[in-house]
Amino acid sequence: MKHFELIIIGGGSAGLSAAVSAFENGVRDILVLERDKELGGILQQCIHNGFGVHTFKEELSGPSFAERFINLVKEKHISYKLNAMVIHLNDDKTLEYVSPEEGYNVIKASAIILAMGCRERTRGAIAVPGYRPAGVWSAGTAQRYINMEGFMVGKKIFILGSGDIGLIMARRLTLEGAEVKGVAEIMPYSNGLPRNIKQCLEDFNIPLFLSHTITKIDGLDRVSGVTIAQVDESMRPIPNTEKTFDVDTVLFSIGLIPENALSEEANIEMDPKTRGPKVDESYQTSLNGVFACGNVLHVHDLVDFVAEEGRKAGIAAAKYINSQLEEGRFVNTLAKKGIGYIVPQRIHPVNLDKTIELMFRVTKQYKNVEIVIKNDDEVLRVIKKKHLAPAEMEKVILKASDVALCQQTLTIEVVEEVA
Amino acid sequence: MKKIEMICIVCPMSCHLEVEKNDDGSILSVTGNSCNRGDGYARKELTNPTRMLTSTIKITGAIYNRLPVITSSDIPKGKLFEVMKALASIEVTAPVKMNDVIVTNICDLGIDIIASRSMEKVN
Repeated sequence: MKHFELIIIGGGSAGLSAAVSAFENGVRDILVLERDKELGGILQQCIHNGFGVHTFKEELSGPSFAERFINLVKEKHISYKLNAMVIHLNDDKTLEYVSPEEGYNVIKASAIILAMGCRERTRGAIAVPGYRPAGVWSAGTAQRYINMEGFMVGKKIFILGSGDIGLIMARRLTLEGAEVKGVAEIMPYSNGLPRNIKQCLEDFNIPLFLSHTITKIDGLDRVSGVTIAQVDESMRPIPNTEKTFDVDTVLFSIGLIPENALSEEANIEMDPKTRGPKVDESYQTSLNGVFACGNVLHVHDLVDFVAEEGRKAGIAAAKYINSQLEEGRFVNTLAKKGIGYIVPQRIHPVNLDKTIELMFRVTKQYKNVEIVIKNDDEVLRVIKKKHLAPAEMEKVILKASDVALCQQTLTIEVVEEVA
Repeated sequence: MKKIEMICIVCPMSCHLEVEKNDDGSILSVTGNSCNRGDGYARKELTNPTRMLTSTIKITGAIYNRLPVITSSDIPKGKLFEVMKALASIEVTAPVKMNDVIVTNICDLGIDIIASRSMEKVN
């Protein structure tokens, strides 16, 4: 069985960044396994710009951002396989993959980085009543058809979900000549970046129906119409608030789920809130020598943060391979009132350099509140916030020396009553 | 004096901007921006709004049927559809290199259309 020092599953932004970073930290025996026919992952279909502001200090389109990382991988002669789909990950760090060139293959690694990204929730996830006609798409699939394959998905469109992909597709379809009749969002606020509400919807006068959902899709062979209704606080449709739209296509942009079939099979401990593996400060999962980064760990808003996480996981994997990662006493992080999740879920203070960055999301929109971070019961940091939203990932950097004082649990909470 | 709230679209940070306008319509101050570009954006958005345009054009002999492209700079918001129409008739053949100029001076805007990625020739 062929052995590698480091195998990275996934050749998207997280995996490529991790590969480059592991190489720069001395690892030479690296293999990236990518199931698509080229490297770059989902960025290749994200033709809009706005990527790279943090990583490259300039604004790039998705394909340009991907190409910069692909070029780095190629310059360093890091090996990768395309059309290579990992079908099993075992807890002895063996991997089984299939590819048209090699058939079925088993390989083993000293360290593995999980960088499989995420997948879209589909219509089935929210049980929309109606028929099952053609013309119902997940927004990302439609994006790939239009931007890469060159097929238009419809002429009169309705979009459910105001996450970034839904918003970006509303603009894209409009520019390509389709009529986007509206975007419905079940929450009372959008989960997309505010800048996308502005430049993708408002610029084109596309109506956004907040607190609305689709209650019916019409059409036998092809979508012929869609009905939406306002929802109450329990998200149940309110009778007599229905609106009907004459459309031939419905796009669902209703959230992303880390793609963890492989992680679960290897019995890696998962966080039910992120739906990704639980990791420590080094992005190491519960399985020794297996790391996770990017959207497979938790769904990000910005690819820059995905690449940054990949970079850190690459450094950590290099340390692990050189037996420089320590175990021993750890501190748990705990999301309290108003906080949806925190990554990482545990911290070994001994492995911290000078600081640790915690990433978290709030559970709802807040205005003029405080984020309070506590070491056990002692207040470590208070951050005043004018504006917080679940769609915007928050980050806080703590001193290693402060975290080292924590005995058991480091908590984050939102405090609304500002004294 | 009049206060306008707006969202900066320059980068994904989406800063919440507050613009103070004098009674004569001139801009007094921009606050809430995390960088200088926010100030520029707010002033431009209230006078001559512009947008970067990204789209695709037809490519033959490449791994996919479409080549993603981007404007070399932002273009007037009102010209987006005119440029889209012009792009519909553009066709290239692989190979293409990232940052290759695909169309110069599109629609006489003084702006070029640039390839967002490289696409090798495939059989």
